Amino acid sequence: MAVGIIKNLVVGKGDLNPGPSHATCPRPFVPYQRPFTPSSPSKAYPGSRCGSRTPASGTAPEVTSQTLFLLEAGLSRGRGHWEAETAAGMAAAAQLCLLVLLLLGPGVWGQTEPPGDSLREELVITPLPSGDVAATFQFRTRWDSELQREEGTDHSFLRYAVLPREVVCTENLTPWKKLLPCSSKAGLSVLLKADRLFHTSYHSQAVHIRPVCRDARCVSISWELRQTLSVVFDAFVTGQGKQDWSLFRMFSRTLTEPCPLALESRVYVDVTNYSQDNETLEVYPPPLTTYQDVVLGTRKTYAVYDLLDTAVINNSRSLNLQLKWKRPPGSEAPPTPFLYTQRYVSGYGLHNGELSTLLYNTHPYRAFPVLLLDTVPWYLRLYVHTLTITSKGKENKPSYIHYQPAQDRMQPHLLEMLIQLPASSVTKVSIQFERALLKWTEYTPDPNHGFYVSPSVLSALVPSEVAARPVDWEESPLFNTLFPVSDSSSYFVRLYTEPLLVNLPTPDFSMPYNVICLTCTVVAVCYGSFYNLLTRTFQIEEPSKGGLARRLANLIRRARGVPPL
Amino acid sequence: MGLLSDPVRRRALARLVLRLNAPLCALSYVAGIAWFLALAFPPLTQRTYMSENAMGSTMVEEQFAGGERARSFARDFAAHRRKSGALPVAWLERTMRSVGLEVYTQSFSRKLPFPDETHERYMVSGINVYGILRAPRAASTESLVLTVPCGPESTNSQAVGLMLALAAHFRGQIYWAKDIIFLVTEHDLLGSEAWLEAYHDINVTGMQSSPLQGRAGAIQAAVALELSTDVVTSLDVAVEGLNGQLPNLDLLNLFQTFCQKGGLLCTLQGKLQPQDWTSVDGPLQGVQTLLLMVLQQASGHPHGAHGLFLRYRVEALTLRGINSFRQYKYDLVAVGKALEGMFRKLNHLLERLHQSFFFYLLPALSRFVSIGLYMPAAGFLLLVLGLKISSASCCPHALELWMQLHEAGVGPEEAGGTSGSSPPLPATQRVGLASLVAPLLISQAVGLALYVLPVLGQHVAAQHFPVAEAEAVVLTLLAVYAAGLALPHSTHWVLSTQAPDRSWMALKLVALIYLALQLACITLTNFSLGFLLAATMVPGAALTKPSGPRPLCAALLVLTSPAATLLGGLFLWQQLQEAPLSLAEGWRLFLAALAQGVLEHHTYGALLFPLLALGLYPCWLLFWNVLFWK
Repeated sequence: MAVGIIKNLVVGKGDLNPGPSHATCPRPFVPYQRPFTPSSPSKAYPGSRCGSRTPASGTAPEVTSQTLFLLEAGLSRGRGHWEAETAAGMAAAAQLCLLVLLLLGPGVWGQTEPPGDSLREELVITPLPSGDVAATFQFRTRWDSELQREEGTDHSFLRYAVLPREVVCTENLTPWKKLLPCSSKAGLSVLLKADRLFHTSYHSQAVHIRPVCRDARCVSISWELRQTLSVVFDAFVTGQGKQDWSLFRMFSRTLTEPCPLALESRVYVDVTNYSQDNETLEVYPPPLTTYQDVVLGTRKTYAVYDLLDTAVINNSRSLNLQLKWKRPPGSEAPPTPFLYTQRYVSGYGLHNGELSTLLYNTHPYRAFPVLLLDTVPWYLRLYVHTLTITSKGKENKPSYIHYQPAQDRMQPHLLEMLIQLPASSVTKVSIQFERALLKWTEYTPDPNHGFYVSPSVLSALVPSEVAARPVDWEESPLFNTLFPVSDSSSYFVRLYTEPLLVNLPTPDFSMPYNVICLTCTVVAVCYGSFYNLLTRTFQIEEPSKGGLARRLANLIRRARGVPPL
Repeated sequence: MGLLSDPVRRRALARLVLRLNAPLCALSYVAGIAWFLALAFPPLTQRTYMSENAMGSTMVEEQFAGGERARSFARDFAAHRRKSGALPVAWLERTMRSVGLEVYTQSFSRKLPFPDETHERYMVSGINVYGILRAPRAASTESLVLTVPCGPESTNSQAVGLMLALAAHFRGQIYWAKDIIFLVTEHDLLGSEAWLEAYHDINVTGMQSSPLQGRAGAIQAAVALELSTDVVTSLDVAVEGLNGQLPNLDLLNLFQTFCQKGGLLCTLQGKLQPQDWTSVDGPLQGVQTLLLMVLQQASGHPHGAHGLFLRYRVEALTLRGINSFRQYKYDLVAVGKALEGMFRKLNHLLERLHQSFFFYLLPALSRFVSIGLYMPAAGFLLLVLGLKISSASCCPHALELWMQLHEAGVGPEEAGGTSGSSPPLPATQRVGLASLVAPLLISQAVGLALYVLPVLGQHVAAQHFPVAEAEAVVLTLLAVYAAGLALPHSTHWVLSTQAPDRSWMALKLVALIYLALQLACITLTNFSLGFLLAATMVPGAALTKPSGPRPLCAALLVLTSPAATLLGGLFLWQQLQEAPLSLAEGWRLFLAALAQGVLEHHTYGALLFPLLALGLYPCWLLFWNVLFWK
């Protein structure tokens, strides 16, 4: 089954590889759950194929042929733009992002013994201050495998590829749903209706597979498949202006039964801000239990509905959770998170430009470091000497920079920096580039649309407001592990900036015929005469009787009484 | 090419050109003007058509019905504006947020180089407000802009109301694939300039502004809206941008499509389009519209807030609601529907607008003249200069100056041998070259003074003379301009007395080449300016010589100098607008135009003023110098 899943993943990637893709092949930079250990740049990585041509789809198969062992793989895609600043803590996701972590030897292994085949599913509903609602599904499947851990080297490889745009319009939900044990027949997955999910203002789905240890010595392992789907329902579009939500209103379905295979099947509703101040929001039916934890550095309270608890569903045969605003959500600005980012291309014209990334640290007194990973396609020729990082008007020297220059048509630029963000500051990272002129066959069919630059990835340990205790991975809800806590004072966040659209100098493809005709004519007419002029030897000759034209001219001149030529 | 290698035939051609020079020049000039006037007639004008597939075949259904809402927004806006006396920023922010936009503000300030008396401003500071509608179907990589410029004199409150109502309607739709930015700028064009510079994170005009907090990717197209009443009789569309840049013709076609679909009355340059193109009346009306467009484009003045977008390769146009005494009026719903249709079709765009023409002239809204057809008009005019140059260069009276200049290094014997005429004097040759340097340098220096002095010396002038700064600038401009006319005397003072009478021909040759090059370059980028300058400057340039009726020639030269062209253009413009000027009014308008020209160069980067001051005026001075050669 493990192989089946991996194959499935690879096949899935094949489907999602339209058009020219600009793969990156970075050095290992962030193991998934140990996010903040940039290794020293001088370290050698055997088998690293960064120099070779690695299109996005070819990455994983190529490496498996090297008899390396696929340890972890993640694939996520998103659509829309989710401003972290307005969503208060939801990470924005890239358009399409493939993260393959290849690890040989001990790496990041879960340390407890899981039961045999198991499924946990949960849905977290978060009403946002703007009146919108965010819903996040999480499914975790685990099964035993025959795989034995091998002793040996601890070199790790990481492949990371991004497609900033998915060209073909494919429905990505069905293959994703098929990975679920109950498919969409029962349990929370009943709610996954494509026509509702794709009419939201933002959605992102992800698959992640990794091994976990089955015993303390980690001799035998299990596979863990985790699927995540986040959507944001827009009150203005999906809700037609009304801001009361229910499961039926969001998904046009209600929950009727838990998945029979599930060990745990729960719905959480975030009621943190609303239960305290004068009941602005009411949740119906009233929750039987609540759950408190520190998520994203703030203390949160959730109303919990356990589908396995017969009391929840049996009353009315179905569970239709409803959120009712007692007082309409205010139009005041929502709270800003501690870290958010903005990226844009500056300048005008088709010759030069500048890539600018703004990193906002809104924490009043704590500075924290972020790791910025930028992959820029080769046809934007970066001028590395123009790289400037300024915060609060002063130059900010990054404590670590890794730059791998691009090779034309082979590999993109890779720029990785560890930057300390001072407290309550805006840091601007800018680098100038020149737009390359492509060969005429290298232009996409829609060259005037522009070329995409993939989002840069921002990994940071953001300080939390409330001290969090280390998460017990097995007992706490799944959503807690989305933003893992490294120590009690900070949590890990990965942000993707928006992709950029850059126009390259584009020839006028609509008139190649005219151009060819004109060029041929000019060459034919001018070349011969100029060649003649340049190679001919001139000598003075006494004028003879002359040709026909001359005789004619003389005839006319004689008739006019003018002396002949 | 055989002509080049065969000296006999070459000489024959040279003689022909020389002998028929005057009639050929006259013929060519007349042909150029006639061709231009014929541009409005059917074989040269064509019907416009939509080139962009993404906007052409798909039809959209407009559902905007927020007329009442737009009016109430407009009322509130006007009331708040009256109360605060400036742009009601807080109200705009609140309202935009309540219709579901992401709202940001940008403050800017700009000290103008000298007080602007037309708009009564000097130290300008204001706040732009913009809201972004995030498209659910894309990741904020592309955007469209709907901008409403609010100036001190034009309140434009109905446009703000309509924009907000449209925003509320657009927010409820799910089909958006491009973000839409709703932008309200203060101090009309200055605010737009500040916002655009901040959006592209550059500073080209010395504007001080706060950085933008929110962006929405690459802007694909922009529409500026100006409405002063809640009912309109017609919509006027303006396309000419800064430095005469034009948007892609498809954007105009799109507007015209929705005008026709909604049955709206649409005008261009304030003129309705003629119905009948087969008789003479239609094209004659077309000529008027065409002339208006040419004058407008030649001025390089942005004809609306859209004009500044064009520099950033954002296709843009301005729509103006006109309320005249016509009987049938349209309400805001009709205008809103046209705008909704345009935005929905722009939303369909897969690529930037690039399929249709970027260089065109418009004799009517649905007729255009493409670049291939209008270029010959300017070509004929430049041919006059070409003929003059060739006549000067192969004229036996000019001692085959061209040959001499070329074969100076070869030696007088050989030069004489190939030219086949009497051997030239080496002394004459040296003096001829030296005599060119002084007039060239002096005329360029006067041009530089014309460019630099007015703004630089305004304070000195204001201290020593009883004038305000703005007046000082204009008067210095005129003074330097007039002082340039004394150039012949100063050059003669510099030159040695032995300057031969023939070296004026060398100077004229240089001046002709200089003028021809400049006009050719201008014509390629801004046809209207190039054509107007060519039409006025070419006869004077061709006829100038020190012999002959000097006062007549001098009068002709002065009448065709760049400043006189500007004055003439103003009178013609008002005449075509059917609001003829008296002389005093014209002079006042002329002074205001001079100040505006200098100001626009400094605030928006308009190129007309430096072009005239540093390029064409010195060139014209060279001809003036030729005329008064001793």
